[in-house]
Amino acid sequence: MTVSRQELLIHTIARLLLPCRSVAVGASSPIPGAGALLARHWAAAETPSRRLFLTILGSRHLNSMTSGGVELFDMAAQGRVDAFFLGGGQIDGEANINLVGTGGHYPQNTVRWPGSFGSAYLYFLVPRVILFREEHTRRVMVPKVDFISAPGPRPDPVYRPGGPIGLLTNLCWFSFDKARRRFVLETVHPGHTVEEVRDNTGFDFDVADAVQPTALPDAAALEAIRGPIAREIAEAYPRFVAQVFPDAA
Amino acid sequence: MSQDWLNGSADELAALVPDGARIAVPHDGLGVAMETTRALIRRGVRDLHLVCVPVSGLQADLLIGAGCVRTLETSAISFGEYGTPHRFQAALKAGRIRMMDATCPAIHAAIEAGRKNIPFIPLRGIIGSDLLVHRADWKVIDNPFAEGHDPIVLLPAIRPDFALIHAPYADRAGNIFIGRERDLATMAQAALRGALVTVEEVRDVDLLASEETAAGTLPALYVAGAAVAARGAWPVGLPGRYEVDEAHFRRYGELARSADGFALYLDEFVHPRRQAAE
Repeated sequence: MTVSRQELLIHTIARLLLPCRSVAVGASSPIPGAGALLARHWAAAETPSRRLFLTILGSRHLNSMTSGGVELFDMAAQGRVDAFFLGGGQIDGEANINLVGTGGHYPQNTVRWPGSFGSAYLYFLVPRVILFREEHTRRVMVPKVDFISAPGPRPDPVYRPGGPIGLLTNLCWFSFDKARRRFVLETVHPGHTVEEVRDNTGFDFDVADAVQPTALPDAAALEAIRGPIAREIAEAYPRFVAQVFPDAA
Repeated sequence: MSQDWLNGSADELAALVPDGARIAVPHDGLGVAMETTRALIRRGVRDLHLVCVPVSGLQADLLIGAGCVRTLETSAISFGEYGTPHRFQAALKAGRIRMMDATCPAIHAAIEAGRKNIPFIPLRGIIGSDLLVHRADWKVIDNPFAEGHDPIVLLPAIRPDFALIHAPYADRAGNIFIGRERDLATMAQAALRGALVTVEEVRDVDLLASEETAAGTLPALYVAGAAVAARGAWPVGLPGRYEVDEAHFRRYGELARSADGFALYLDEFVHPRRQAAE
């Protein structure tokens, strides 16, 4: 069975989320949303069955907040969000992320992105932040970001129970070593190589002793992704599902 | 039912907003007062300080493109799956608006402080972000209650003049049903003059009579003006009522790419009464 790029990413995210009790997914994040749904699907199938709470912004039924959008941030501060996703127009080797813009002088950047959203808060407070950016090029993976929306972990006295556990892209999965403040290449997606990752990454990183190929979803996982999970995420991301899973749309 | 609390139109609400006003608007997932937004552009309001709680989309892009905004305070401007905010990007590049980049929980917290009418509120995170470098109004102090060194950010309260919202319905006394979207109530309560509200309809009910609706109600006490505007969030959606008009967003995206195209958009969708009069 052929596994698409999106299916591999959804499956990889679900594996990273499996230990969680509560997962939140922010704006414009269909693949993380689908990954969180697959993790919930697996948790429900455990014996005894286990609940995984989801807070998917932009969804009505995959979201139990009753105090408004502010509740997500309060939940995170209370320690009730185990995992969240952040991306960036630029990401650097110390896990600083830039969601604001590049080129020229802020705020008159030549390229302006939407803005920092909740990153400058959630990055500090959520224990398992997964950096997720599909495009893996030197344009995105830079030596140093032009604007720090949210800073990577650093040795300062700032209250920081949270931070990144790693970075998932179209090419690979890096873990993040908080003590050394460096990414470590752990797995490379099937069809890609360590050299390709190196060629397309603008920052230095470490390479694990035994880099493995990223695990592929089995038939049961693929069936779940293409069926119930695609249908559930369509409420919040109809255009994504229409493009990637037309049979479920 | 007596409805002497009801204004005649969104244009009457827009007439209450003076130039230079600070107005708070919610993100696209709630009730975005698009008809009131078009009315503000028709009225030619200038120099608004727009506070997006905590982000905005088409509403901000329209107001910026039409030259109504002097200061933009937001955590992001995005259309999500539905295109690019070209007028926001163009105005920033040209230096036509003063940008106050924020992060979502900072805007929520500052509005909450405004609701309590306290001068500032502390918030975790942010330290080490370049947001702090560009926000001279945000300060870092040492937590006075900590034993050791514990830096924390202080944010000044936000008290907008008005909150602009659109909601499914009002009851006969002008109480507004907002359901679970409590951010709308917080914004309305923080606003010095209250909320300017459009509703899809007025229903002959009493929202405060039942526990099941009272908790999802914004009482009329916090409402500075209300009017009926059917499909008043269009082309943005209203949860449970109507979806985003994707075709319209595509059209907007094509036109708003250039200033000339944007002017055509305004003529067609914002100023039709002016055209009819000419």
